[in-house]
Amino acid sequence: MAHRVFPKEELLLKGHAACPGCGATVLLRHVLKALGPKTYMVIPASCSSVIAGPYPKTAFSVPLLHIAFAASAAAASGMVEALEKLGRRDVNVVVWAGDGGTVDIGLQALSGAAERGHNIIYICYDNEAYMNTGIQKSGSTPPKAWTTTTPTGNPGFKKDLPSIMAAHRIPYVATLNPAYPNDILYKVRKAASIRGLKYLHALSPCPPGWRYDSRLTVKIARLAVETGVWVLYEVDHGVFRLTGPSKHLVDKSRRKPVVEYLKLQGRFRHLSEEDVEEIQRMVDENWERISEILKDQEKRGV
Amino acid sequence: MKKVLTGNYAAAYAVRAAEPDVISAYPITPQTPIIEKLSEFVDSGELDARFVRVESEHSAMAAVIGASSVGARTYTATSSQGLFYMYEVCWWAAGARLPIVMGVVTRALGPPWSIWSEHTDFYAMRDSGWVMYFADSAQEVYDLTLQAYMVAEHPDVLLPTMVGWDAFEVSHTYEPVELVPLDRVRRLLPEKGVRENVLRDEEPASLGNLAYPDDYIKIRYGLRRAMEAARRVARDAGAKFGEAAGRDYSSPLECVHCGDSDVLFVTMGSITGEGVEAVRRLREKGESVGLARIRLYRPFPYEDVGELLESAKGVIVVNRASRFGGYAALSADVMAAAAARGVAPGMLEVVAGVGGVDVRMEDFIGMYERFRAGARGSMWWIGGR
Repeated sequence: MAHRVFPKEELLLKGHAACPGCGATVLLRHVLKALGPKTYMVIPASCSSVIAGPYPKTAFSVPLLHIAFAASAAAASGMVEALEKLGRRDVNVVVWAGDGGTVDIGLQALSGAAERGHNIIYICYDNEAYMNTGIQKSGSTPPKAWTTTTPTGNPGFKKDLPSIMAAHRIPYVATLNPAYPNDILYKVRKAASIRGLKYLHALSPCPPGWRYDSRLTVKIARLAVETGVWVLYEVDHGVFRLTGPSKHLVDKSRRKPVVEYLKLQGRFRHLSEEDVEEIQRMVDENWERISEILKDQEKRGV
Repeated sequence: MKKVLTGNYAAAYAVRAAEPDVISAYPITPQTPIIEKLSEFVDSGELDARFVRVESEHSAMAAVIGASSVGARTYTATSSQGLFYMYEVCWWAAGARLPIVMGVVTRALGPPWSIWSEHTDFYAMRDSGWVMYFADSAQEVYDLTLQAYMVAEHPDVLLPTMVGWDAFEVSHTYEPVELVPLDRVRRLLPEKGVRENVLRDEEPASLGNLAYPDDYIKIRYGLRRAMEAARRVARDAGAKFGEAAGRDYSSPLECVHCGDSDVLFVTMGSITGEGVEAVRRLREKGESVGLARIRLYRPFPYEDVGELLESAKGVIVVNRASRFGGYAALSADVMAAAAARGVAPGMLEVVAGVGGVDVRMEDFIGMYERFRAGARGSMWWIGGR
């Protein structure tokens, strides 16, 4: 899809309160362009509660309900039921939540909404830690990454929420990356065309949290894909498909080494060579898993 | 039309008559019969509403917040642990000025586990910005649930409103309940779909944005003004309801020999019946004693209670709530009402009926005798068997 088909209208207005180079803001701008003005947003406690700007102004040119941290998917459930009951079936109800509000404190509500099949687009912008409170480890922080609560590196693994959501057998799961707006447009529009709960998980580079210069956001986001750390894919009614540049990265020789992604970020500065090798191994194992899924689908004629 | 209903079914019938758009709830004893009955009404088509079967109370309140934020009429109900689990979002509902209506079947908190009545859960909401009624019978549950919508959705109020009632003694006890015909309910309740504080895509706005201190205090002050307006609105709603249904609720409290008694009991909820019987017996023996039952708890009727206390020499406040290290909420309010009026009746607070213990007529007489013997301050009435 050519870039020129992107709608001109800006629904995320100038004067918002995001940090320079904020990945979430780049994502949100494209997401709102894809969805258009008939979009009701629900935002739990997160950077975006601040990015929206202080009362009485707002940087969002769509109706927006701020809600408590754990409550966004449930609030969206009630909202979409109400809008349909009141005769509004022509609108999108979108949750826009961070990784803490999704993979940790908001997971119960999200799981419930998914099981009930509410007609919601749930988007997690994953900056891989509690950034709004000042870089604390979340369930989505990658292994070994520095945060203020993992000063010597995260001992845990990153929760694989897209897989957890796919296991709910919802109609659509996909990953997004701010370096690939066409992929965003395609997936968000597709999500909007499907009834039920759609789960989109977006990598959201964060200059202050990941410790890099704010001009590098798109470069780092792109390297995340090119090294295979971040995989662009969709699970459409149970069928897994790689998208964008990730389509060509099953072959390891086509992936850049993960160190290229890691070395630009201060949060990985403390890593030893062995640490980097271990992360490389984890990334390769994930791709082997993907390769197995694709082979299995091929065998089954999917 | 009369129907024999439990307190919980009375709530469900009132909600059916109020015609909400979205109901969301999570089951907890002793609230469950309300939502079972409402599910039947929705499934049979008697009630054209969406029922969101959530996975927790936190989500139940969040769902009605989401629904109310776009203009829907809503209902939920809970008890005890469930109310505490949704506590955070209850405050959100009030701050966002969403006229949600909730039933709270009061139940003691664990541990130890108890499913029986106590009002500690209800009182925990006292500073949250909810308008709070407490019913003492199935009929009142029905009547006050309808009035809750009249108050909550009034443009001068726009606050969530709850109706509390006792576990089992009211929630599961069958009584004849007079229902209000639907056409009359429709005339009583605010028109649906005209509320102004709703999110619309035609005119995008944000609800709940970050507010700096100078704005925050003004927004919260608006909530206070709304709560003060609720005194008048509740009175008017009670009077209008009285005209339509023949049962007058223009007073925030119910009085038995209030104005002409030396000693006044203050109560709330279903134990009141035994208190009224105790008053009758004591008066037969020539004692000057009366009883006031609080029906509208928030906004608290300080002026009405203060006026009653002007002529009383003493007051016995019976709280069905465990409270430790301080006076119970109801006593503190009654004392504040007296102080604000410039009167100082002798005060005995009695914590009674905790965890579902029966409070009988003899217990009230015992409390009265203790007061007469000079007991003041705070005491627990263990009672029971």
